Amino acid sequence: MRVKLTVNGELYERDVKDNKTLLRFLREDLGFLGPKEGCGAGECGACTVFMNGKTVNSCMVLAAEADGAEIETIEGESKDGMLSKLQQAFDRNHAVQCGFCTSGMIMSARELIRIHPKPTVEEIKEGLEGNFCRCTGYKQIIEAVLDATGQLDEKEGLKYAGK
Amino acid sequence: MLENNDPAALRYVGQDVRREEVVDKLTGAATYVSDMILPGMLYAQVKKSPHARALIKKIDTSKAEKLPGVRAVLTGEELPYKLGLYVVDKDILAKKMVRHYGEAVAAVAADTLEIAKKAVDLIDVDYEVLPPVLNHMDALAKDAPLVHPDLGKYDYVQAAFTPIPGTNIANLTKIRKGDIEKGFAESAYIIEREYTNPSVQHVPMETHVAIVQWGKEDNITIWSSAQSPFTVRNLFCYAFKLPLNKVRVLVPHVGGGFGGKAGIHIEPLTACLSRKAGGRPVKFQASREEEFTLLPCRSALTYKIKTGVAEDGRILAQKMEMFWDAGAYADYAVNVTRASGYSASGPYEIPNASVDAYTIYTNKPYGTAYRGFGHVEFHWGIERHMDLVARVIGMDPLEFRRKNAMRPGSITITGEEIMENTGNVLACLDEAAKAINYGNLTEAEKERERKTGRKIGKGIAALHKAPAMPSFTGTMAVIKMNSDGTVNVNVGLMEIGQGSTTAFQQIVAEVLGFPLEKVKVTVEKDTDRDPYDWQTVASKGLILTGNACILAAKDFLKCGYDVAAQVLRANPADLAHDGDKIYVKHHPKASVTWESLAVGYAFPNGNGIGGPLIGVGRYIAQGLSYLNKETGQGNPALDWTYGAHGIIAEVDPETGEYTVLKVASAFDVGKAINPGMVRGQAVGGMIQGLGTAMCEGYIYDGEGHLLNPSFTDNKIPTAKDIPEEIEIIAVETPQLDGPFGARGVGEHPMISVAPALGNAIQAAVGAELMHMPIRFEDVWRALQKKEPIDNWITKTPAGSCRSDPATRRHSPDSAIMP
Repeated sequence: MRVKLTVNGELYERDVKDNKTLLRFLREDLGFLGPKEGCGAGECGACTVFMNGKTVNSCMVLAAEADGAEIETIEGESKDGMLSKLQQAFDRNHAVQCGFCTSGMIMSARELIRIHPKPTVEEIKEGLEGNFCRCTGYKQIIEAVLDATGQLDEKEGLKYAGK
Repeated sequence: MLENNDPAALRYVGQDVRREEVVDKLTGAATYVSDMILPGMLYAQVKKSPHARALIKKIDTSKAEKLPGVRAVLTGEELPYKLGLYVVDKDILAKKMVRHYGEAVAAVAADTLEIAKKAVDLIDVDYEVLPPVLNHMDALAKDAPLVHPDLGKYDYVQAAFTPIPGTNIANLTKIRKGDIEKGFAESAYIIEREYTNPSVQHVPMETHVAIVQWGKEDNITIWSSAQSPFTVRNLFCYAFKLPLNKVRVLVPHVGGGFGGKAGIHIEPLTACLSRKAGGRPVKFQASREEEFTLLPCRSALTYKIKTGVAEDGRILAQKMEMFWDAGAYADYAVNVTRASGYSASGPYEIPNASVDAYTIYTNKPYGTAYRGFGHVEFHWGIERHMDLVARVIGMDPLEFRRKNAMRPGSITITGEEIMENTGNVLACLDEAAKAINYGNLTEAEKERERKTGRKIGKGIAALHKAPAMPSFTGTMAVIKMNSDGTVNVNVGLMEIGQGSTTAFQQIVAEVLGFPLEKVKVTVEKDTDRDPYDWQTVASKGLILTGNACILAAKDFLKCGYDVAAQVLRANPADLAHDGDKIYVKHHPKASVTWESLAVGYAFPNGNGIGGPLIGVGRYIAQGLSYLNKETGQGNPALDWTYGAHGIIAEVDPETGEYTVLKVASAFDVGKAINPGMVRGQAVGGMIQGLGTAMCEGYIYDGEGHLLNPSFTDNKIPTAKDIPEEIEIIAVETPQLDGPFGARGVGEHPMISVAPALGNAIQAAVGAELMHMPIRFEDVWRALQKKEPIDNWITKTPAGSCRSDPATRRHSPDSAIMP
């Protein structure tokens, strides 16, 4: 079928098979490679994108369902070559290791901040629960979200023995 | 190379600089193999065995071949190649016999993924199902079916391994130190226990993926999500009998590895499909389920420990027997066995020690390297055992550890003397203990106990690990200057998220004295263009490649100084430099810019000298030796990284439910090159260790089908599962041959998390846990004094991976114990 949607504000119109997922449509047909496939079953969150202002697992949405939708991906997060506040906080707090979960994680973090502009640690954990990260152990991601929302007064950091 | 590591003298080393490739990863711009689509590319799928052990009677591929869009169909009989890291025991596709559930028996390449999937469904395989050998303890019995009847005919690395033909033993590693019988005879207490853990999946977020193009004249290009591009090339060429310069392996960003992407996996099959499809590129990406079954996991372990202790708490003798479940193929498991064998006692001095470590074939998905390389598994045993022994002899577990811990002058079980600069395990223990207020409950904790009715317990566990690698492991770094005075650094070590790229950038900038932004270390690897590195494994990258970077930077400076000396008509010894220029020390105005030297200096009349500036650094592990095959004596350790975890757990004494309140981890890292990234490795590894400790593990039915190959049934930690409080502490005892004193700490944070948790739970409610993971129901069962639940194979007569005679089909005396 014919699908017409916007991705990060740009209009796209393509023919797409009925059974193609939004994730594969974005990646294979439109070239938005930031959203990743980690499980293909809606469990890991690596494919998280915004659809009409709310996050979805794009591996669980058919491209056809996104007809007429406004999609936002990680590619739209930085503007004019400037990292967003959230991306800068991820950078500062070492919230990135292999990077494979990062796109989805930042999308979910943005959604979390939209709902809770000053989230508590518990709210952050709840908000990011659907995004697996096997590298960081989440701690520095949580700190990045606190930082991005002006709640990290002092960087916790590595402690040194005897100091 | 220690260099000057006085913080006052350092600009970049020891600083929390940003990850070099972070912007690409933050913006979705970083390219992974899973993102790549090549012109004309085909998609592969495999037909997998539904049985754990069966004879392949017939494979009918005719329907699949006729499906429009199918370009290649392969079965094992067409592929006369054997693969293997240390024991060459694996076919590219199963031939005649399948040896584990999910093993590939046929493969297809087609125009689209959908066609490939359809084609695989059209392949018919006739099997004669055979009874599998699932329990690795049962596999030792004399009448056990042989997983590899041809074991005696396989090639293997003879210097390091000892397979026993006619059995299921792929390797036996032996260590002998002192006189163990005498040690036991002199002991006041002898305590013997057995500890077990199941197989576990690595779960990199990017599943294994490769694209291979078999070009003309056997020029082969492989794009792979591999940790070790040079090892992929090496093993590929060994299997196909090709010269190394025919095969080019390219690796862009890698979405996590943790050891699971260290060897060679799907590349040979994908290559054969490309060749059969006339040289078109073929992409194969494992599904998440295939990641659990087709690709390897971490081996299960049964660890028996018998310890003799003197009245005053000194360990006098220890007999250690490790039974590693390799699964269907030896892969890394034989080397896990070897490395665990020589580290088996933990960071303690044992005067009289004996280790027998077996790698045992079974009909299950096979084991490979996984962060910690056996040490996560056997530290579960040794560090639970230290607590249990301490309880038996009436000593505090921390005090018992302190009494027996390695210290300068101690001798390891392979005969290596520990020095002042080896590292300080006592400091790690003390820091972890202090951070959790070990031995006492605070007023707040007591109040919490009163309020919740739950019990709070505190546990400690120590750890050690040396890199498991060939004794002569070498690596290289190359620094090239561009015409604008910036430099590019190439190393063979892969960036898989651990942050080594940034550490090397810091090291090179430090030694060159250049601003950080002038130094770029390339993330992507290309075996045709990058200098050699053996593998990205073992926590050896920082030391070996870091040293190569220091040597390359020094070589580079010499290269620049030699040309500058001619231009400035000065002795190179009288020159100095900054980020912009080289100058004469006593006439600083006599200078020449790096930019003008970068690709060859031109005098005013046009005459040129020098040529492009380059620096090369080569480094090889030094002083290491093969271990004696009978006694295990020798020097296997590039370095020892010591550490300890302290855990506070809160346990419900009625239900066994528990919460981890705090984890404090201390590691002797020598020198934290990048503190934020050291903390990242430490927290990430610790949480991965908590996953192993709390919930992860393979569960099979009685026929050997894996029951939980998904995130629904095999949980990994999420953000909600992390402890309320996490504290990471660096101890810095400089490693004399480490770059700026640093040593590796990539794997160590994952080790000993499980026993620290088990010890904390026991301290809280007395549950004596012998099997990990520790699920809530396991705590409850232990509290009811019932058999610990360890039914990781369900419905079997054996019913267990323990070797208690009562739960085994075969009595111990019928087992093969050479």
